[in-house]
Amino acid sequence: MRRILDTDTAFRWFCKAGAIVGLAVAIALVAVILMESMLALRTAGFSLVFSAEWNPADGSFGAAGALAGTAATTLLALLMAVPLAFAAALFVNAAPPNVAVPVAHALDLLAAIPSVIYGMWGLFVLCPLLQSVLSRFGIEYTGFGLAPSSLVLALMVLPYVSAVMRDVLAQTPVALVESAMGVGCTRWEATWDVVVRSRKAGLLGAIMIGLGRALGETMAVLFVCGGVSAIPTGLLDGCTTIAATLANDFAEADGVHKSALFALGGILLAFEFAIQATTIPLIGRRSKK
Amino acid sequence: MKTRATFFRKTKDSLMRAFSGFATSMALVLMAWVIFTIVREGHSSISAELFLNASKPFGEVGGGIANALLGTVMITAGAAALALPPALAAGIWLAEFGKDSLLARAARFTVNVMMGVPSVIVGLFAYGVLVTTTGHFSGFAGSFSLAILMFPVVVRTTEDQFSGIGDALRESLLALGASRARSTLTVIWRAARSGVVTGVLLAVARVSGETAPLLFTALFADTWPTSYFSGPTPSAPVLITSYTMDSPFESMHRIGWSAALTMAVILLAVNITARYFGAKRAAKRK
Amino acid sequence: MNSRKITENILSVSTATLLITGVAVFGFGCNGKERLKINGAGGSFPAPLYQSWCFDYSQDISHPKVNYQSVGSSAGISQIKAGTVDFAGTDAPLSEEDCEKSGLEQFHMVSGAVVPTVNLPSLAQSTFTLDGDTLADIYLGKIERWNDTRIAALNPGLTLPDLKITVVHRGDGSGTTHIFTTYLSSVSEAWKKDIGIGTLVKWPCGIAGQKNPGVCNNISRIKGAIGYTEYTFALEAKLQIAFLAVDGKTVKPDEAAWPILGKTYILTRKDTPADKMSAMADFFSWCKQYGGDTARRLHYIPVSK
Repeated sequence: MRRILDTDTAFRWFCKAGAIVGLAVAIALVAVILMESMLALRTAGFSLVFSAEWNPADGSFGAAGALAGTAATTLLALLMAVPLAFAAALFVNAAPPNVAVPVAHALDLLAAIPSVIYGMWGLFVLCPLLQSVLSRFGIEYTGFGLAPSSLVLALMVLPYVSAVMRDVLAQTPVALVESAMGVGCTRWEATWDVVVRSRKAGLLGAIMIGLGRALGETMAVLFVCGGVSAIPTGLLDGCTTIAATLANDFAEADGVHKSALFALGGILLAFEFAIQATTIPLIGRRSKK
Repeated sequence: MKTRATFFRKTKDSLMRAFSGFATSMALVLMAWVIFTIVREGHSSISAELFLNASKPFGEVGGGIANALLGTVMITAGAAALALPPALAAGIWLAEFGKDSLLARAARFTVNVMMGVPSVIVGLFAYGVLVTTTGHFSGFAGSFSLAILMFPVVVRTTEDQFSGIGDALRESLLALGASRARSTLTVIWRAARSGVVTGVLLAVARVSGETAPLLFTALFADTWPTSYFSGPTPSAPVLITSYTMDSPFESMHRIGWSAALTMAVILLAVNITARYFGAKRAAKRK
Repeated sequence: MNSRKITENILSVSTATLLITGVAVFGFGCNGKERLKINGAGGSFPAPLYQSWCFDYSQDISHPKVNYQSVGSSAGISQIKAGTVDFAGTDAPLSEEDCEKSGLEQFHMVSGAVVPTVNLPSLAQSTFTLDGDTLADIYLGKIERWNDTRIAALNPGLTLPDLKITVVHRGDGSGTTHIFTTYLSSVSEAWKKDIGIGTLVKWPCGIAGQKNPGVCNNISRIKGAIGYTEYTFALEAKLQIAFLAVDGKTVKPDEAAWPILGKTYILTRKDTPADKMSAMADFFSWCKQYGGDTARRLHYIPVSK
């Protein structure tokens, strides 16, 4: 008779337990955020998203400004980072190994620097620089707001997008590139017209990863955004993001204010969820040999 | 068929080559600029005193960052202790046993989504679960939030490494009569080890620099971290934030920058060694 | 499903539960049992002083270890109401009913000055003066440039730069804001009507900084900025302080006639356990008795007892 509990079963259940712990924590996280947002959703309802009047002292919790700021900084950051990341990925894939390997490692190290250091660099170096450069052109600017936030975010997102793009491009079958060159394509034509077209899904997935990273970034943006809760209308406007608002307000919030912050967190979480859900099929998994 | 002039095509090719080189250099230049800034601002306060003394409040002389560094080590180690066993187990389960079952697919999806959760939100969750309920901030709550951030990354790495190993190895082990447990924990683990260790080291390094969750859970204290479970615990990222952005004293700015420099050096060193040894091991295996 | 798989599932779920429970018990149950620790949090306004006091007091091992974190007055109030700290510091006092309702005790600890600070490099060596009405209008956004006639009128003999005024204010709930807006409401009818007093108000213009040091950082980084901070911070950050004209005379923050003064309070919970309560009482009376010199050195005004 087989024992109910042999080493293999024991091992399997222990490992399965690990997976269940992960699931449990994830579900708990979503549950807690949903529960805590209930109050604000009931009280403020749609005004959370559509109104730009964020005035906790008054009881108005319109986070349209934070949402707009999040969207604007993320989009601008991606606009700046993606072309550079793509170009860098191309460079690393095409360059000879003794150049490509250190460059790739260096780019990866960009991701190793904690985000708070980027925030410090932004506050101490970038903001005054922006103010003085623009004042040479006669534009009076505080140095804070959409511009530095997007720039710092772009810098943070660049290594991630580039690394994934590198992996995606490296997965192209060599035969494809060689046959393109064989019919007389230049290197660039082979890359753009053939490789990119065949790896479109993966590259899009890389952009989504960058998007996800930029949406949730807190420390880098917190100190350079200016904390203005209105919807930003120009590149030089002050702004705020959902993550920055959360970091700013949470310690002192209570009641509806706290609930509103959880609701904002929930919105951010929903976005991340949607992004991850679309990215996974795009990038695919590393194939089993 | 439309023919494109060769000259035009060649120029485009050269331009794009130039652009890709330019883009790469720009990224590297920016990174060098950031590192240069940290070094320039932080090197002046580097001294033995900095690494031996605990932090002191406003204006007191002889403050250091030793307690914050120790606190970071404690909080990160606690996070690893919390996250690694379930994460490694889950990764192994997904690769070896679960594979395509419903639970496995759900777990994989959840893990992927968890990778994208902003650290701020994890901090809020940890605050709600461990701080309001217990009535005090603690380093443990900080470890808890960092563990949640580490968990999905380690699961992903472990699963990738284990699935990357061909079934031939597994089948030959089974043919020899080894149990799944023994084969996974000895032979297959040895094959996947370097990749997993690299991934874990990188995950631990990344998580040690997280600030936002610690602001809500461990806060800070100007003492040695003896109250890991019962009270606010100092940590390097929070010290960096509060000393540079939260203090008007120039001397504290210097210390904050030195702490940033220290952290950056340690993290870069860990990253470089982890990647170097990981690559060497992988090459040796081939 | 065969018995093996059922066993597997039962055991894995129970292990998972055990793991989670274990972590929970650990997290909730453990409490360090060494020297008694008191944790406080609150406004950045008195933070330099409180942290100095905490440090000096805790040097004596027979005393409990006291720790004060600067998180902003509103955050401090929130924390003491939630019971996650032992005492809170706030410059915006709670009303009697609020104290009653939340089971809190409030008392006045120390006073300090709030000063307007500016970043005008060309005027760094001169004495720069504003008055209450002008200050209010700057913060209302009605005065937009530094060379405005009203500012010039207050500073005869100074060439004011043609620079845009960038207003810096607090983005977090702040007792310093409370003190500042109390002053603005007392000198400007327009401010009192439109904006009023509060820890968090609807600022008509400007950018936000986090806590006093955040405001200082922002001001020092933006040419043409103006902000309001507690006196110590302005001095330590080496920012230029704008003096105020009161009844035609220019008053400096050190003088008794300085109009922007604020009291800062301590909040404790009535249901604090006895040992912590007596430890805190001991600490606060030590501060009142021996802390006066530190207070004066850091430009605060101790409560005379």
